[in-house]
Amino acid sequence: MDKIQVKNLNLWYGNFQALKNVSATFAEKKITAIIGPSGCGKSTFLRVLNRMNDLIEGVKTSGQVFIDGENILSQDVDLIALRKKVGMVFQRPNPFPLSVYENIAFGIKIHGLKYTKDTLDAIVENSLREVLLWDDLKDKLHRSALSLSLEQKQRLCIARLLAVKSDVVLMDEPCSALDPQATQRIEELMRELKKHYTIIIVTHNMQQAARVSDDTGFMLLGEMIEFADTHSIFTAPKDRRTEEYITGRYG
Amino acid sequence: MERHLDEELKELHKDILQMGIMAEEAIFKSVEALKNRDKNQAQTVIDEDKKIDALENVIDEKCIDLIARYQPMAKDVRFITTAMKINSDLERIADLAVDIAQRVIELSAKPLLKPLVDIPKLSSIAQKMVQNALDAFVNRDVSLAKQVFEGEPQADTLRNNVYTELVYDYLAKDPTTADRAVPLLLISRHLERICDHATNIAEDVIYMVEAKVVKHHPEAFK
Repeated sequence: MDKIQVKNLNLWYGNFQALKNVSATFAEKKITAIIGPSGCGKSTFLRVLNRMNDLIEGVKTSGQVFIDGENILSQDVDLIALRKKVGMVFQRPNPFPLSVYENIAFGIKIHGLKYTKDTLDAIVENSLREVLLWDDLKDKLHRSALSLSLEQKQRLCIARLLAVKSDVVLMDEPCSALDPQATQRIEELMRELKKHYTIIIVTHNMQQAARVSDDTGFMLLGEMIEFADTHSIFTAPKDRRTEEYITGRYG
Repeated sequence: MERHLDEELKELHKDILQMGIMAEEAIFKSVEALKNRDKNQAQTVIDEDKKIDALENVIDEKCIDLIARYQPMAKDVRFITTAMKINSDLERIADLAVDIAQRVIELSAKPLLKPLVDIPKLSSIAQKMVQNALDAFVNRDVSLAKQVFEGEPQADTLRNNVYTELVYDYLAKDPTTADRAVPLLLISRHLERICDHATNIAEDVIYMVEAKVVKHHPEAFK
């Protein structure tokens, strides 16, 4: 089933057009990777999906982005609700300078969700279990999140999204600060999470895109050059530019 | 820690096993059809070859996918490339079983030229070699793979015996026996080729397990 449909999306930073007529469809409960050289617009594209670009001055967009049938680019969209539904994980894990527990509870509180202590405890536990941190951290819930390893911090940031019941997880280079073993474990986690969540990952690590994703989009100079199932993209791409990029002849 | 690639490799392993079972069955049925002069059994071998061809394509595609998506290294890349080669050998083995089945159909309308002596021996060697080669693959058993090579000279000798007998005792003396002698000649050739493919599989198993290339190096068998 389609979770997200992007139709003729254009985006300008002032006079510079960063996205040119991008169209793509993202399947529900699958992992889609967006690849492309630096500056191709892949992070900009990702940030459109929860309207993060609104925070940048001079940004203008046209086109349509439907998530569960609702055009999230329309003026009357509730941005708080959108960002709750469509969560984001960044390159550098960015836990709050609070305890592990509070990091997860924070999102719930800020979204005005009122729960009893027991329910909140249960949500924290479930969220940590989903990212496979519970066993490591159950006795350290009140330690500062800043004391965790990079990988644990990244897992915690993912757990934070799960706690507020995001159902789309955007990941912008989520492993680029991690070593290969931690990267592999986060990839395994992504495969677990896709049973319940729709994941879109932006990466310039093509091998990671090839390993972990079901579908892949290749972007170049603001255009979505090719979008297909990952097997096709990496074994028989249709566009010459895709082929040149993934074989290392370009970019 | 179990990697996602491990699951994919297990699936590939299963597929190769399935391909092996189908190829072994094709040889068994074609040899039975020959022994019993059973045209229907021979036709079954021909009909079922489509399934083997289809599985060959599926396995090839999987191997290409794994190489492109996982950049396998060391024993992983050896396993995947070996699987590709074994896949192709098994498909050829099944094709040779089809060739035998076609000869059986040609022969079925005519009286047997002579009682079969060496061909049944050759067929048991071929079946044993394929079986051992596949067991060597499944169990990563290098010593069993090496045993497979021992069948080859025996198979060559038996094929030569069949040639000599059919050519000198029948064809040379009475050329009208050709339509009954030539299919038997070809069957011995098909069986001997099956043994060659079993040898290829055994060589690939040794490469897969020990990273040693024994192909075209007969001295390396020792």
